[in-house]
Amino acid sequence: MPRALRALRRGITAVVLVGLVLAPSAVDDYTVALLARTLALGLVAVSVALLTGVAGLPTLGQTAPYAAGAYASVVVGGQLSDVGLVHLGVAAAAGAALAAATVPLVVSARGVVVLMITLAVGELVVTIVGRWRSVTGGTDGLAGIPPVRPLWGLPVLATDRARYLYALVVVAVLVGVVLLVLRTRVGLLLRAGRDDEARLRASGHRVALHVAGVHVAAGAVAGAAGSLLVVAQQYVSPADFGFDTSALLLLAVVIGGTWSVGGALIGAAIVIASRDWLFGVLPGQAPLVLGLAFVATVYLLPGAGHRPPAVRGRLLPPALTRRPVPDRPSPTGVRA
Amino acid sequence: MTPLLSAHGVTVRYGSLAALDGVDLRLELGQRHALIGPNGAGKTTLLDVLGGRTRPAAGRVRLAGRDVTRLGPAARARRGVNRIHQRPAGWPTLTVRENVLVAALPRAAPTRRWWPGGARRAAARTTGAMLERVGLAGLGGTLAGHLAHGQRRQLEIAMALAGRPRVLLLDEPAAGLSAVEVEWLVEFLRVLPRSVAVLLVEHRLDLVYALSDTVTVLRDGRTLATGTPAEIRAAEPVRQAYAEGVA
Repeated sequence: MPRALRALRRGITAVVLVGLVLAPSAVDDYTVALLARTLALGLVAVSVALLTGVAGLPTLGQTAPYAAGAYASVVVGGQLSDVGLVHLGVAAAAGAALAAATVPLVVSARGVVVLMITLAVGELVVTIVGRWRSVTGGTDGLAGIPPVRPLWGLPVLATDRARYLYALVVVAVLVGVVLLVLRTRVGLLLRAGRDDEARLRASGHRVALHVAGVHVAAGAVAGAAGSLLVVAQQYVSPADFGFDTSALLLLAVVIGGTWSVGGALIGAAIVIASRDWLFGVLPGQAPLVLGLAFVATVYLLPGAGHRPPAVRGRLLPPALTRRPVPDRPSPTGVRA
Repeated sequence: MTPLLSAHGVTVRYGSLAALDGVDLRLELGQRHALIGPNGAGKTTLLDVLGGRTRPAAGRVRLAGRDVTRLGPAARARRGVNRIHQRPAGWPTLTVRENVLVAALPRAAPTRRWWPGGARRAAARTTGAMLERVGLAGLGGTLAGHLAHGQRRQLEIAMALAGRPRVLLLDEPAAGLSAVEVEWLVEFLRVLPRSVAVLLVEHRLDLVYALSDTVTVLRDGRTLATGTPAEIRAAEPVRQAYAEGVA
């Protein structure tokens, strides 16, 4: 990549990050709350990108650990402590546990089969949540959830701005951790498995273990995002985890997440902004327009019809340039 | 003496067709053993059975005396049985260095050490040495998908050797290579340490006779003959089989 382009990309990233930090002082409370919810959804999109972009497992079921995390954060976390970190831990554990429970279903399936299984799991969880009134409040949901304090000794997050900044810090830290892990040999093996799983197995690697690991890790990330959703909107109901949300997440990842972790966040922001704008402009037609957008995205994005490279440990995707084939067609130079 | 890798009465059936019918094979430590025969004789199927990709309907496979018949390719690779595929590919979106690194990891250090490990450092050292050895050191940062066919073959060999094999299963390694590349391949395999036993499937008899010290001829899923290259060259049944329009 040319140095100037790299510098430009870094500059844009820095401007966006500064913009995200300063956003609460530039927009109204409603927009700040919406941004906080978008961050939560963006984190789930990162978990979808982990599965779809890294492990090559397309999923429509990350709303399941997202819901598990949200309700665990309210029901269990609320009884243990009012500290956000505790809620996050409980939510991540719940998301990971739910993902672990579904590992046997997912680990041996691939492609569309995974899509169908995860969709079924997601819908099943939403149904359970809707009917388990004594714990989840049923379809009415749980309202009036008290605000949390980020850490012991800090004040509670009483305003939308405070809750947004908390969500921003948590997302930044978790995305950073995901990027770091993708730079280790774990990320390398996942990318290799996405390229050619049979060959990876033939090299002596335990591919099923890798797939199970990334599935559980993505569940933990989605669970943590559930906790953020509760903090952001102080209300939770099954409607937050329905098929609409699954489809929006997959659309977000198709837009940017299969190319990079940062792309998943950007995709989520674009999708949420578009959805809210469409609700105003075309009342009642937003799902139809988003569906059309999904089809158009799949066909029109750069690289449509080709398998994109796996997500690496980078915030942004590499530039869409093709490296020249080295001018060395035979190994004649080997013995020189 | 216990052979390093052996097949005993291996039978593989695809429906009513017996691709292998009670085949025996012994691969000794450091041996260069070639499998030849007409198309459909069962050579690649036997490699699949030995590599763990295909489970036989009958018969056993032993590695250093231990029954490994029920083990899959991953478990056999961890025990030192590596394969070089007919179509060299590697992992195309990984760089050349990453390809060799991934292949080196399972046998570089205890496999359960996930984070952050001495395993990766050990594998990185092996990777550097292997790339140097096959002549791809200058292309470590190139994506494997961007390599020419001959370079992919070199990469495939580096990957197989990085896994510190005891047994190397080679499935038509000269397929698609130019004369110069074949010359390089022959030389490379000739100087391969004797700590590695090689089982070679190859149609080119000149290459087979140049590289191997034992040759087994398969025909219609059965062993036709086993012997030294000179014995096989002279064996009447083998000459007949090849005269009937094979290889």
